[in-house]
Amino acid sequence: MIPGTERAQGAYPYHVQFTPDDDKKFWFYNSMHFPEPMSAFDMVTAEAAYCALGAANTRVHCLPTTLGIDHRIINGRVYIGGNAVTDPAEIARRTEEFQKRAFYYYENWERLYAQWKQKMLALIEEARTLPDPSLPELEPLENVHAGRGVASNHDLLVTYQKTLEGYFRMWHHHFEFLLLGYGAYMTFFAFCKKAFPEITDQTIARMVAGFDAEIFRPDDELRRLARLAVELDVDSHFRDGASADTVLATLRAAGDPGLRWIEELEKAREPWFNVNVGDGFYHYHRSWNDDLTMPFAAIPSYAKSVRAGETIERQGGRLRDERRALIADYRELLEGDAERAAYDQMIGLAHRVFPYVEGHKFYCEHWYTNLFFNKIRRFGRLLSESGFFPAADDVFHLTHYELESAIIDLMNAWSTGSTPRGAAYWPPIVADRKAAIATWSRHETPPALGVIPDVIDDPAIVMLWGITRESLDNWLNAGSAERSNEIRGFAASPGIVEGTARVVKSVEEISLLKPGDILVCQVTNPTWAPVFHRISAAVSDIGGSMSHAAIVAREYGLPAVVGTGNATSRIRDGARIRVDGARGVVTILG
Amino acid sequence: MTTPPFIHWFADIGLGDRAQVGGKGGSLGELLRAGVEVPAGFVVGTHAFEGVIAHLESLAPFRSVVERLPADDLGEVSALSAELRARIESVELPPGLTREIEDAYARLGEPLHGAVVAVRSSATTEDSAAASFAGLQDTFLWVTSAEEVLDKLRRCWGSLYSVESLSYRLRHRMPEAGVAMAVVIQRMVDARTAGVMFTRSPTTGDRSVITIEASWGLGSAVVSGGVTPDRWVVGKITGEVQCREISGKTIEHVPAEGGGVLARAVESARQFEASLSDAQLQALRGLGRKIERHYRQPQDIEWAIEHGTERVLLLQSRPETVWSGKEKAPAAQPAENPLHHLMSVFGGRP
Repeated sequence: MIPGTERAQGAYPYHVQFTPDDDKKFWFYNSMHFPEPMSAFDMVTAEAAYCALGAANTRVHCLPTTLGIDHRIINGRVYIGGNAVTDPAEIARRTEEFQKRAFYYYENWERLYAQWKQKMLALIEEARTLPDPSLPELEPLENVHAGRGVASNHDLLVTYQKTLEGYFRMWHHHFEFLLLGYGAYMTFFAFCKKAFPEITDQTIARMVAGFDAEIFRPDDELRRLARLAVELDVDSHFRDGASADTVLATLRAAGDPGLRWIEELEKAREPWFNVNVGDGFYHYHRSWNDDLTMPFAAIPSYAKSVRAGETIERQGGRLRDERRALIADYRELLEGDAERAAYDQMIGLAHRVFPYVEGHKFYCEHWYTNLFFNKIRRFGRLLSESGFFPAADDVFHLTHYELESAIIDLMNAWSTGSTPRGAAYWPPIVADRKAAIATWSRHETPPALGVIPDVIDDPAIVMLWGITRESLDNWLNAGSAERSNEIRGFAASPGIVEGTARVVKSVEEISLLKPGDILVCQVTNPTWAPVFHRISAAVSDIGGSMSHAAIVAREYGLPAVVGTGNATSRIRDGARIRVDGARGVVTILG
Repeated sequence: MTTPPFIHWFADIGLGDRAQVGGKGGSLGELLRAGVEVPAGFVVGTHAFEGVIAHLESLAPFRSVVERLPADDLGEVSALSAELRARIESVELPPGLTREIEDAYARLGEPLHGAVVAVRSSATTEDSAAASFAGLQDTFLWVTSAEEVLDKLRRCWGSLYSVESLSYRLRHRMPEAGVAMAVVIQRMVDARTAGVMFTRSPTTGDRSVITIEASWGLGSAVVSGGVTPDRWVVGKITGEVQCREISGKTIEHVPAEGGGVLARAVESARQFEASLSDAQLQALRGLGRKIERHYRQPQDIEWAIEHGTERVLLLQSRPETVWSGKEKAPAAQPAENPLHHLMSVFGGRP
């Protein structure tokens, strides 16, 4: 632990604190999902996600060789470790259960997935209709006359608990299919690697990837809006550097065509602008709906292409034909009918499950997560108005347990007519935790802790994080590579490009991207897709070769290296770099 | 009664004609049939070789002396090799043959000067080890006159009687009557870049990739191993460049002034420059796929890019033999219930 941050570290729940016993086990830093130190509240994502992931693996589908994933927090970083099943008798018993449970899911995939979407939409609707937390000075008269018998301060607790419960439930839905989906994909993946030892990961991903997933829709909507702007002749109002508010004001002033465009924008916003600019794991990854900067920044270059007579809409038919040809061409190279028949079975299975793997993120990590963090932000506003802390977002420096106590403090103060005690209590704590996060983010994070195993064969770990003994060795040696000018990551999309690195740390900086720049960012996410229109390559700290980012990069034909771990801190803004997307290497040239 | 022609143009032959035109000649004709551009040329068929041997035989026994040799007496083999090669290399060619070759050679040439050609042996036992021994001496590059062609033709024939070839045949008790040689005479490509291409991975046998090796100048630099070539691994289907190694290419083979080939130093600026552009890599990949499809098996191909025209020309294609000869278990068998495939990932036993 870094000296001076002990109190901030102590804020995290006791069950995620490291103890000496933990040294016997292998832990690795989950930099893929949690690349930055987590604020106290945001840690709820780790709690909820691992609770649900473990339940699905351990108790619901009964994966034969693995249970759930434990997590610990040190210096604001999330470390995780798998729990393998090694006793052959137990594996045999779980195999039998797995085939009764998981096989049922595969056999009834379409029906269960359709049911899943209904469940998710219902959950989203519940969250959307939760009331805005507020406290009237006096209880409204109609409540009194109706004999409601419950006062408004109680509603705060109900809303808060429902918000929290919904988030935990969402994560259960998230993992209902996920491992099974990845498993089918990995089965096909392993077959391809055996039949074609030199095939690239991205080629296999291209054979499996679909085109209709919800996650592509936000960008599709933007392209549609850009075309409409040209048709209505209002595209000149979208200028680089102009704020979204300025653009909207000039559109309104432009009369009918401008208003017509805004009307279409509003239609697209619900639900498709409920995508956040990260992966949904941090409260400050805001959505397009919260901040139109990102989507508006993309419109000028799309509009320019439309003006130039180019087709900017995604060509679903062409992509489908290309995928079909790719699958057929590889099939032709296989040796013998037996191998071809096995190939057909495995790719059939992968295609069946992939719509879930691609589609769930829009509902879970984006739409629902936005609603969740925004609701907490409303509580933050209420508390800050009541003097608990200066800014609404300071609420994210309380754990969800502490937040409940602060809400009860406010409920009490409202009921007793005295001042909430939080106003005196929280500000120094919030300040201390902010300082701790700043300290933690400056420190190197060891990629692994505890006892490093000889083999890493836990299917959940391999599937979700792509961690093998080999990749671990690469990480552990990263320290010595630090001095070199090479940065390694996942080969996400092939091609070699040299250009100027633009290190983009927040959405506000997106307008700084000039055509031909190489985007260097923490997470490339499908919501960043519009940006891909004007860059020549992409490099990210986080993400795997089958991440949506990789898929979008391939679709745009741009070289991409993802999951480098530290490209944003090692590459200087404006540096000249070379991206080799086929090998997964970024070279700093000067 | 008319005698069959001694020479065969590439356009008229294919792999089925190997007995008359040898493996190399047949494969060049076959490439044309596959729709691939190869430098123009013709083959002096085995018929011509047989005629010449028959003539030599009539002067003094030829093939029978070979068969009587003790295989392990290197001294005797060497002495006989020298004698037989001298007899072939100095033999007077039948006037009909000479005329046919001179005419055909003239057709390869430019109006004002003779064609620049390569003269290569094309044994009927092309893929046997005996032929590859002969292969050590049997190619003559940058030949520039009809007279020289006739001379190199006889030297190609003579290479069938090199010490190595003779020893091999004797050790394996191969009948001399079955040994014959055709000779390919083909327009030489003044290569800016040349190299080889395998339509499967030489290291893993993967059929989904094409490995291309290239260096500056004539392909002899790459084939002889005198230079570390640039190397690319390209996805056969995707065209994705999966591996790119640009080496320091310190020498290149170029035509020598008075005929033949010389090795010269590559200036330092060009040593680490890629010897193929991405467009050329893709053009080669397309050719490799086309040829492999035609032959229905992985190929080992020699190619060159012509100076000035930048045309990609194919010089030779042979079936890949190392991996094709290996017994390979299928990557998986189909399962009665496809879901059982999943157990390979989830770790239980089906």
